[in-house]
Amino acid sequence: MADVNRGNRPLSPFMIGPYYRPQMTSISSIMVRITGIASLGSVFLAICWFLAAASSETAFNFFNGLYGSWIGNIVMLAAAWAIWYHMLGRVRHVIWDFGYCLDVETSEKMGWGMFIGATVLTVLTALVFLIF
Amino acid sequence: MNFLTDRKRATGLGSGHTGAQHHWLTIATSLSLVILVPLFVFTFGYAVGHSFEDVLAFYGNPFVAIITALCLVGGIIHLKTEVDEAVEDYVGGLKRKLTLIAVAGFCYTLMAAGLFALLKLAIQ
Repeated sequence: MADVNRGNRPLSPFMIGPYYRPQMTSISSIMVRITGIASLGSVFLAICWFLAAASSETAFNFFNGLYGSWIGNIVMLAAAWAIWYHMLGRVRHVIWDFGYCLDVETSEKMGWGMFIGATVLTVLTALVFLIF
Repeated sequence: MNFLTDRKRATGLGSGHTGAQHHWLTIATSLSLVILVPLFVFTFGYAVGHSFEDVLAFYGNPFVAIITALCLVGGIIHLKTEVDEAVEDYVGGLKRKLTLIAVAGFCYTLMAAGLFALLKLAIQ
């Protein structure tokens, strides 16, 4: 029986919508994936800035001006929220992987902690840059 | 095939053919990045908006250059496991193989470009 259907298994069904009621556990988990993929985009944007700085002063000034503008600041703030959220989400996964806090109630609390924690960290990040 | 025992087939493999390697890599990079991400967010956030000369001097600092390099490499390895997982969940067959190769190409290009740019800034 072990040889039946080797390598041709069904994919994960896409459950959001009619099959699966949104819950704190599912939404907070989906957001970890979304913020993870979005953060690769943030890394791409950061590397554009580094490459511009390594290329020429003109190229650097263009990217630096763009990222320093108010639109750039909003994007960076959103990127900061995403990376903080993803970081907290991954910490939750590590806690689960080590065998702790696996009950639904604690998982839901950690989900709220991720949303609130990421927002608090983003506000703190913004404050640090406003003050210094 | 039927001469192999189930245990023999499972040893070192699993459905992803790599055992728990991917899972372990995610755990290890997650914990490492809890230290590296704040360092990156605050150094990069500080550098953006400063003048060209200031940025050169800032990334000329060994501490700043090294943590940025660590964060770029560790961060991209971690985010690659993240994207690979999403691809493996929703794309199958040949498409999956080609998408995984494309994702790896994108991630390693980012890593090489980022490290090159950082090195050039740091030793300029």
